[in-house]
Amino acid sequence: MSYVAIKGGGRAIAGAAAVTEFLRTEEGLSEIPAEPLGIDAILHQLRHLVDRVVSEGGVYHPKFAALAIKQSLGDTLEAAFALRAWRSTRPRLSATPPLDTSKMRLIRRISSAFKEIPGGQMLGPTPDYALRLLRMELMDESPDAFRDFARTWLETYPTAQLPDSFPKVLDALRSEGLLPPVAGRTQAAFDITREPLVFPVPRSAQLSTMARAETGSLLAIAYSNMRGYGDVHPTVAELRVGYLPVMLPHPITGEPTEVGEVLVTECEVVAMYEADNAGGKPMFTIGYGACFGHNEVKAISMAILDRALQKGMKDGPANPSEDPEFVLLHVDGVDSMGFASHYKMPHYVTFQSDLDRLRTTQQKSGEPA
Amino acid sequence: MNALSHAQTGNAYNFGFLDEYAKKEVRRAILKAIAIPGYQVPYASREMPMGRGFGTGGLQLTLSLIGPNEVLKVIDQGSDDSVNAVNLRQFIEMTCPGVSTTTKTTECTLIQSRHRIPEQPLTSNQIIVLQVPYPDPLVVVEPSEDKRKTMHGEADYSRLLVKLYEDIVKFDEITISHRYPTRINGHYVIDPSPIPRWDVPKLDDSAALVLFGAGREKKIYAVPPHTKAEPLAFSDVPFRVEDFRDDQGRRHACTRCGCTDSFLDEFVTDAGGKTWQCSDSDWCEEQMLLARETEGEPA
Repeated sequence: MSYVAIKGGGRAIAGAAAVTEFLRTEEGLSEIPAEPLGIDAILHQLRHLVDRVVSEGGVYHPKFAALAIKQSLGDTLEAAFALRAWRSTRPRLSATPPLDTSKMRLIRRISSAFKEIPGGQMLGPTPDYALRLLRMELMDESPDAFRDFARTWLETYPTAQLPDSFPKVLDALRSEGLLPPVAGRTQAAFDITREPLVFPVPRSAQLSTMARAETGSLLAIAYSNMRGYGDVHPTVAELRVGYLPVMLPHPITGEPTEVGEVLVTECEVVAMYEADNAGGKPMFTIGYGACFGHNEVKAISMAILDRALQKGMKDGPANPSEDPEFVLLHVDGVDSMGFASHYKMPHYVTFQSDLDRLRTTQQKSGEPA
Repeated sequence: MNALSHAQTGNAYNFGFLDEYAKKEVRRAILKAIAIPGYQVPYASREMPMGRGFGTGGLQLTLSLIGPNEVLKVIDQGSDDSVNAVNLRQFIEMTCPGVSTTTKTTECTLIQSRHRIPEQPLTSNQIIVLQVPYPDPLVVVEPSEDKRKTMHGEADYSRLLVKLYEDIVKFDEITISHRYPTRINGHYVIDPSPIPRWDVPKLDDSAALVLFGAGREKKIYAVPPHTKAEPLAFSDVPFRVEDFRDDQGRRHACTRCGCTDSFLDEFVTDAGGKTWQCSDSDWCEEQMLLARETEGEPA
């Protein structure tokens, strides 16, 4: 009669899990039985999936992100969700001091504000200028061709020594007096994993909420601002992708010690200037975006929204992308996908209540119930 | 228990899945919620391994309260055997070794429920945890949480009352079917979770502690035992529960147990007719047992 009234909900759940697992494994029955997808293959060949999942999962654990991708059959929302749930079981043992992104080991950095930047532009791995033509030769790629390309590339790789780090573009603007000086930090960073957002929230809470937001959600709201429901008009002062050293206090000496590195994307946008209310010089304003993994669209969207939210906090929100409650409470993938999915659960009781109200009001308005 | 002990044992999950710090946080929020009846206490809701909207708020309450000697009942839409109830129960059994589960309302010490409060009156030895999708009754009149917080603080529910009044003008009825706004202890108005209006009077002067957990919205609130809970209404338009009478004014009875004073689910039969059954499956079983006993048949 219904999936509540029937006994055997447990059997139904087990059956659903089994058929999903069958879809994952059925290729094993092919004439040439397929190998299960290796975690390393996901880490390397589907690296942007891993980037997205570590970023939205909010835990830098690429291996578990790859595992989550494997078990969720490539569903990024599900994979980020599994990683987040795993994080709930881990106590927080320590916190890093603020990390210095000028120390990043870069694989890519560009500026669209200046042709020449100190240290130079470095395109690095990007599909930005690639033609999006389907590469039919990959349909049936041979292991030899696969290996040969990698080998040849390594042999011809430019050997010129790259600097360990690059100066930041914003520092140059700042020294010219075009940007406000860096404000001294007055509060410790807000920890969104240990404190709920009670509005108004500090900028650090806004930034960390956006850093683990769902990419598409962030992009959609940022895009609304770019198109006309807002007025940021950003210029990308610098976009950098690289490995950021993570420092923790040494357990005995307390000295900051490098414990590893995380791949991050960082974006700083500069937007049109504002007059200082106190009668000082007008200055450019900045938006900041950063997240785990190589996720450029996300970092740019975040930087634009950071700038929009700062304006909303100062002058009152003039559109959704400037409203901290609107942006921050609707960009989390785990929250939004969970709630959208929950509508698939039975709602018999509440619908019975709805029927009761509708029939009663219909009767009162003289229509047949 | 040492909060770190399980972190050091590798893969094994802690009793109750959450780490001990997280449980402590939730318990502190619960104590505050009990101390300020109806007030929505913000807390840092953790991600659980099931979807936001599937009861993660209730689950965090349950996992923070549960001990190895607990007798737990999990229901969804009044049924112990709905897929979501089964799923939650299995998860709790898996992560809380030693806990017993039951379907009998009279036997349990802790109930996690979605959309229903059992028909069997609860006792002072029981706690019921309700899963909450929308914790704030003011959300229908004010989208900003910041502004709603001020309205709650000032007990300013005028816009909510205007909404009820507008309903009466437009439809000659209050059209809120479930999640009926209810004033607790004379001040805060709560969203009692999507329980039907039928269940709202059970909150008033309840012997059991009623806890509400909203995981996605990161709020916990409570109706402590023997606290006043009044659904918003007007002196000339009283609050009314669901009406299960037919055209002739006769009360529909449950087709299984014959009960005429429980909340009913309506079914469309294959022949195109309609039948009604108790929404609370344990209540229905108990009524059938009782009927057999009074008829003197072997149970």
